[in-house]
Amino acid sequence: MKTINSLKMTFPALSRNEAVIRSCVAAFAAQVDPTIEEISDIRSAVSEAVTNSIVHGYKDGAGEIAVTLKLTEDNCLYIKISDKGCGIEDVEKAMEPLFTTAPEGERAGLGFAVMEAFTDDLKVRSAVGKGTSVTMKKKISSRYE
Amino acid sequence: MTVEILGGENYITAVLCGELDHHTAAAAREIIDARLERGTPALCIIDMAGISFMDSSGIGLILGRKRVAEGYGGRVMIKNPSRCAEKVIKLSGLQSMVLTEKQEKSMKKEQKK
Ligand SMILES: Nc1ncnc2c1ncn2[C@@H]1O[C@H](COP(=O)(O)OP(=O)(O)OP(=O)(O)O)[C@@H](O)[C@H]1O
Ligand SMILES: [Mg+2]
Repeated sequence: MKTINSLKMTFPALSRNEAVIRSCVAAFAAQVDPTIEEISDIRSAVSEAVTNSIVHGYKDGAGEIAVTLKLTEDNCLYIKISDKGCGIEDVEKAMEPLFTTAPEGERAGLGFAVMEAFTDDLKVRSAVGKGTSVTMKKKISSRYE
Repeated sequence: MTVEILGGENYITAVLCGELDHHTAAAAREIIDARLERGTPALCIIDMAGISFMDSSGIGLILGRKRVAEGYGGRVMIKNPSRCAEKVIKLSGLQSMVLTEKQEKSMKKEQKK
């Protein structure tokens, strides 16, 4: 499908950027008039992926988070969030609801479940020692057609 | 996000307003825990009507306070979750922690006595 707009951004992995990044993505999505519900879902899903990079990926130190956004002709928003952090050993296991490696940090193990429930497609690629990237697709309803 | 603690000895209400994520949950946790540990109230109600954004960090915050309260025999309930908060609460299977209208009414009666 033809890409009609795109945006690439990088941010230092600071927790204050969780709000900044989800607001940037929401601003990009606004060009296709999503519903309030759709914007809310996008903001939550983005926040989960970004928080994971900060809390898990870069648990041992500083790093950078890359965000790539793509809007296609058929009103789909593709959101890719990647880090060069520690990576995930077993992605399938990590994606199981309630699975967490950081219970002491008050993590509930629900981040991937939220990303899955609030978007239309979720792909996770990860390599130990290299990093993790999460790509989500959200179909935006065309209200004016 | 702002956190305001209302109430007396036996029960307190923590009123959360604004965006609840991993960044803001840390301060909320400290404020609520300080009150729980000092007063050991039997019931801690987390009022989520003013939550304009929430992700799974909000669930971590709720479950964490539940753990602290249960540690001394107390309880935690959720009041009036906003639409976005409710969506994540439902997904997490924590609906049973949300106060029903009936429960709220009987609590108000209790207070008047
Ligand atoms: N970017 C990442 N880098 C390294 N590990 C990750 C990354 N994202 C997720 N993980 C691993 O996958 C697990 C599950 O992630 P998920 O977001 O579902 O739950 P959580 O972050 O542990 O808890 P919650 O999101 O509810 O606060 C994490 O505990 C962590 O071990
Ligand atoms: Mg997470």
